[in-house]
Amino acid sequence: MNKKLLTLLAALFALSLVAAACGDDGDGEAADTTPAPAATEAPDAESDDEMMDHLGDGSLGTVTVESGGAVQIRSLNAITGDVAFLGLPNQRGVELAVEHFGPIHGFGVDIGTGLDDLCSPDGGQAAAQAIVADDSVVGVIGTSCSGAAVAAAPLITNAGMVMISPSNTSPALTSDLAGTAGENYSVGYYRTAHNDLYQGAAMAEFVYEDLGLTSAAAIHDGDPYTQGLAQAFADAYEELGGTVTGFTGVNKEDTDMVPVLTEIAAGGPDALFFPIFQPAGDHVASQASGVAGLENVVLLAADGLLTDGFLELSQTAGMYFSGPDVRFGDNTNESTGRTADDFLSEYETLYGGAPEAAFWAHSYDATTLLLEAVEAASYVDGDTLVIDRQGVRDYLNGVSDYSGLIGAISCDEFGDCGAQRITVIHHEDPGDIATSKSNVVFEYP
Amino acid sequence: MNGPDVGASSAAPTGRRRRRRTRVDWFLTVLRVAVLAVLAVGLLAFIAQEINPDNPFARWANPDATGLTGAQFRGLVISGIAQGSMYGLIALGYSMVYGVLGFINFAHGEVFMVGAMTGMITSNKLADAGLWESNFIGSLVFIVVVSIIVSSLTAVVMERVAYRPLRGAPRLIPLITSIGVSFFLQNASVVLLGPASKSYPDVPDWVKAKHTFLQIEGAKILVIVVAALSMAALWYYVDRTKTGKAMRAVAEDAEIASLMGIGVNRTIVKVFAVGGAMAGMAGILWGILFRSVIHTTGFLPGIKAFSAAVVGGIGHLGGAMAGGLSIGVAESVGPLLILEPLGVSGVSQLRDAVAFSMLIIVLLVRPAGLFGERLPAEDRA
Repeated sequence: MNKKLLTLLAALFALSLVAAACGDDGDGEAADTTPAPAATEAPDAESDDEMMDHLGDGSLGTVTVESGGAVQIRSLNAITGDVAFLGLPNQRGVELAVEHFGPIHGFGVDIGTGLDDLCSPDGGQAAAQAIVADDSVVGVIGTSCSGAAVAAAPLITNAGMVMISPSNTSPALTSDLAGTAGENYSVGYYRTAHNDLYQGAAMAEFVYEDLGLTSAAAIHDGDPYTQGLAQAFADAYEELGGTVTGFTGVNKEDTDMVPVLTEIAAGGPDALFFPIFQPAGDHVASQASGVAGLENVVLLAADGLLTDGFLELSQTAGMYFSGPDVRFGDNTNESTGRTADDFLSEYETLYGGAPEAAFWAHSYDATTLLLEAVEAASYVDGDTLVIDRQGVRDYLNGVSDYSGLIGAISCDEFGDCGAQRITVIHHEDPGDIATSKSNVVFEYP
Repeated sequence: MNGPDVGASSAAPTGRRRRRRTRVDWFLTVLRVAVLAVLAVGLLAFIAQEINPDNPFARWANPDATGLTGAQFRGLVISGIAQGSMYGLIALGYSMVYGVLGFINFAHGEVFMVGAMTGMITSNKLADAGLWESNFIGSLVFIVVVSIIVSSLTAVVMERVAYRPLRGAPRLIPLITSIGVSFFLQNASVVLLGPASKSYPDVPDWVKAKHTFLQIEGAKILVIVVAALSMAALWYYVDRTKTGKAMRAVAEDAEIASLMGIGVNRTIVKVFAVGGAMAGMAGILWGILFRSVIHTTGFLPGIKAFSAAVVGGIGHLGGAMAGGLSIGVAESVGPLLILEPLGVSGVSQLRDAVAFSMLIIVLLVRPAGLFGERLPAEDRA
């Protein structure tokens, strides 16, 4: 009995290895690459003209796309699990941007199968390993979550690829905005999302100056995104002169929040900022008013909870939410000529509903930026396309006042390219979410 | 009950009196004393804070400690009891199945999730029809009945499909199978209902509001009362009815019970059905209290309930309930009561650690659990 079981297990294991090995090639056949040292390849005399006008010195190697092949980029977003509301619109933003952008020097663009970062370091690492195993990939749009990026960014950027995230906001991934790189910064990492130092500052200013509350507490869930944002808020709030009475964490799976709220209540804050996700956020919102000392606390949350599923809950009435400014108006993406309204109407036709989270526009702009960079860093050699990996980075480093859906995009030296505009909304009626979403009570800067 | 030999917990307590104390015994004694000392110091520091926050002992390990007000302490205990009574209800299923079959059914937490999901679907349908608001108690009874039926059926089908074919196989085999069943049920829920977290309809104000009686929310009173009633009903069923007698007989010795004319298979099905019903009940209580359910809802409570069953002495029904309550209260009160005065940082993230430490501490001091019987050596072999 036991031997049979063992044999069966061994056979299953062997099968899964074979399956995993097969899963990786597929896309790689059309393209071929030269590793970095081989970048000294003697260029043909005829192609010198074309070579002149592309960016890059070849120091990170080149990717050669054969005739009939496609430029390989990847989407790495949280498309399953609790945070799928964020990752799915991101991935669709990539798909639509690729379609609108069209071919690069006559070569198509392929995003392969959408990869999943699972919103966790483990998921980010596993997906990044799958991506770097295919050395025809030029760049990655992702990850959705900062926690996944911490593991994925070093792997992807070390392979010479670039990574542009539409929704990572942790300051640790770029810089402290004062010239010091964050502890998880990797060269070759960029993002079109805002840096949470701006969001923290926006919320702090709103609470201290507009609401006039002088003491506040913050709760995170141990994730780099929530921890970074809660910390940014606490720091900015103290700098303004407010008192931070408590700064603590919960676990993502916790349901009974009475203990953590009791810990917070000991400091007697006027406001409570919990930039976390569902379902933990549901429990904090519903249990806060039942804890002695927190009966009248003002509840504040951030973009992670700015979703229809959360806003519908009756206990969220009266809450304030910070998030990226989503009033895109007539902003036009200069590569595709589309506005946010064009995008949204096409999105609704294709996917049967509006996107659930706010970062689809950031994803769209991130993708067109990447494709512009590839276009600028590549040249046609005979019937192949040669892409210079360093050139892609050179282009992104130099992006200045690029017009995107989210506004004017300029990249700083640590990869922060976002428009950095934050708004705070006041959620008054859980029965009328659309009104709440446009009920902007504070703008930053 | 006929417990199998489960590794370290059987460290020959009966032989110890006769034999010379070994190094392991010494080590265990030192460990027990050390753990109890840490608990005592934390508790004393907390009491010192409560008496006078400025006395030197209160500030000894944690200069920022503030202590708790009476209302806050009561809030913690009540929420621990409410959470713990749900652990207890789930733990009953673990304990009963272990009693008759001698293996841990790890898929039992998923039966609880199925109950909570069923309640979510039914209550939202009732809310759409307007009955949820107009007749809350009637609706509640209705969703409890539906949920108990569905989760009992889940447990019975699980037994028929996954465990009965393995009857007689080594105990590890159904255990591993139960982990597989657990994954199957979780993923079936994702496929059928989607991966997002789903909410129960809003409950009436009297459930949400705090009542004059001890300032407890209605929902928590409801949870505690219903859990106590279910427990009493189960006790009556197992201890006073003929079926209950059959269950106990099968637990004692299945072979002899079948020789005495007891239908062993039928009794085992009933055990699964009753365990499933208790889990379904807990699922509804969960929904009323937290109003949110997701496919992974069953996992952590399932593990905690299993720990509760072990803390109480696995196979012992009263023990399962007591274990559930003590784990619930410990994880609710422990971080602020013991850890914060000791100067540990980020205490609220340590609630799971506290719950499982509680399991270890109880097993260190009483290897058979709070109410577990010490089995004679020949029974454990």
